[in-house]
Amino acid sequence: MIELTQIRKAFNQGQPNEFWALNGIDLAIEAKKVTAFRGPSGSGKTTLLTIVGCLARPTSGRVKLAGDDISGLPERFLTDIRRSTFGFVFQQFNLIKGLSALDNVMLPAFPTGRPHRELRERSESLLDRLKLAHRREARVEWLSGGEQQRVAIARALVNDPKVLIADEPTANLDTALSREFMGILESLNAEGRTVILSSHDPLVVESAAVDCVVSMRDGQLTRD
Amino acid sequence: MNAWIEKQRHLIDFTLASLARRRTKNFGLLLVYTLLVFVLASVALYTHALRQEAAQVLKQSPEIILQRMVAGRHDLIPPGYIEKIGRIRGVQAIEGRLWGYYYDPVVKANYTFMAPAAEAVRPGTLTVGPAVARSRGLAPGNTISFRAYSGKLFSFTVAGVLPHSSELVSADLVLMSEADFRAFFAYPAGHHTDIALSVANPLEVRNVAAKLAAVLPDSRPILREEVLRTYASVFDWREGIVLALLSAAIFAFAILAWEKASGLSAEEKREIGILKAIGWETGDIIKMKLWEGGLISFTAFLVGFIAAYVQVFRFGAPLFEPVLKGWSVLYPRFELVPAIDSLQVATLFFFTVFPYMAAVLVPIWRAAITDPDAAMRS
Ligand SMILES: Nc1ncnc2c1ncn2[C@@H]1O[C@H](COP(=O)(O)OP(=O)(O)OP(=O)(O)O)[C@@H](O)[C@H]1O
Ligand SMILES: [Mg+2]
Repeated sequence: MIELTQIRKAFNQGQPNEFWALNGIDLAIEAKKVTAFRGPSGSGKTTLLTIVGCLARPTSGRVKLAGDDISGLPERFLTDIRRSTFGFVFQQFNLIKGLSALDNVMLPAFPTGRPHRELRERSESLLDRLKLAHRREARVEWLSGGEQQRVAIARALVNDPKVLIADEPTANLDTALSREFMGILESLNAEGRTVILSSHDPLVVESAAVDCVVSMRDGQLTRD
Repeated sequence: MNAWIEKQRHLIDFTLASLARRRTKNFGLLLVYTLLVFVLASVALYTHALRQEAAQVLKQSPEIILQRMVAGRHDLIPPGYIEKIGRIRGVQAIEGRLWGYYYDPVVKANYTFMAPAAEAVRPGTLTVGPAVARSRGLAPGNTISFRAYSGKLFSFTVAGVLPHSSELVSADLVLMSEADFRAFFAYPAGHHTDIALSVANPLEVRNVAAKLAAVLPDSRPILREEVLRTYASVFDWREGIVLALLSAAIFAFAILAWEKASGLSAEEKREIGILKAIGWETGDIIKMKLWEGGLISFTAFLVGFIAAYVQVFRFGAPLFEPVLKGWSVLYPRFELVPAIDSLQVATLFFFTVFPYMAAVLVPIWRAAITDPDAAMRS
């Protein structure tokens, strides 16, 4: 599904504080599987996820998506790919304050120009499925952490992406909510979605739902 | 095409929601901006209407007016002057005019009394201007008395009210027959106030004036084009004064508006990052902000302009009257005839809406081209 070859990523390249966050990553991520990145803080997990999800470009190396090399594409095309192929659940959820849960879920579909009715129905059914139907008109800042995360998941799914990317999804959740999240992941994976996540949390990494664990240290993969 | 419309609809929806979320900021912005448009539009509308009035006055005035001067002061034209001028090439008509000012103590206003040569007013009747009719409550058929400067009381019947085409031209006018005029002011027989000459070809006006000066050395020809120039410079000067007086306020407002519009809070920057990460293009974000800026600035322009229009033409521009108008003492009430110059509106629109859009767009554009991966690290 996604193939990375010799990925290197530098921050502040050419400056005195130049820093190589990724140092030659070769990796193939299988479709319709759950893959987890594990590693100490600063090992480059988030950076790798941004590259996989077309949020950032590698400094060098190639990214192939379903066989097509996408590392050289201009920003416009990357945005298109990002919108149609990936859904993101961010660590801080990154919902837009002041808007209702439903509006937040609909946001990623606005640039597609999908008919309003259809979009609304899709968003409502997603919230329904995540057991948030009763909260859909509530402003997101009034929601609890677990509810906010479910809104974020619904938002990630609204464009029906093949791949779901979650960075430290359980960092802000207690054990019960983390278990619930893993349950949601499993059901998403069961309907054929690829899931890629990063975590320190043993509850996530050692969960039966995870098919493949990739360990990282200092911007490189480690065999374990 | 349909998708495009849907997309704009989504963007507008989001824009409206965003505006509502930052209610105080946007409302303040709208207020300041409306005020700015209001002030600028008021000055523009007012001076334009005044110019229009002046043009009306001048259109109806003759190309040359000849005044007799005695000791440097305007004096009556004695009998025989018109004959002395005789025939000058290019002059179409020569006419001795009769007019004067009358102070009406009842309403404390000055009227211009005139005995027109062209349209005959029957003796004993008057045709009055709209301002006179208004202040004295006159309608055709009414009787009105004026006490002449001699102390004698004269009664007239109102035959008609002049049309309201231009206040400056006709507001304070009272037309009467020549006999009544001479009796009322005890005007010596055969004398005139001044002489009006019409000249068809504008190129000949100066020649005619030179010949007049030669024939009647004690008289002064006043050319319409010179009056026109004087008027124009007086209006420009007054407009300049107002703008100078207001410039500090306008400047302060403009800076405030710019600040408010261009200031991008950390929260807004964060949101732009999120929108980019979830699949919005730089162009989508800019379009959304265009809608937002367009909505605010267009509303402000519309409200400000309409308020200015109402102020100037309904309420007689109470804000600028003392500076812009010199005639207020002459008129019991002064109502400008609405006049709008579309070029002026377009200019105003351009110079208010355009800088606003620029103020909004520059910082947004900068924020919108940042990398979307920033959202992962907030
Ligand atoms: N924009 C940036 N500029 C400079 N350095 C950066 C930037 N973003 C990340 N880094 C550095 O890159 C390294 C890898 O960061 P990354 O966020 O990928 O680590 P991580 O494995 O996700 O860590 P954590 O588990 O704490 O989230 C870190 O040392 C970080 O300081
Ligand atoms: Mg991280």
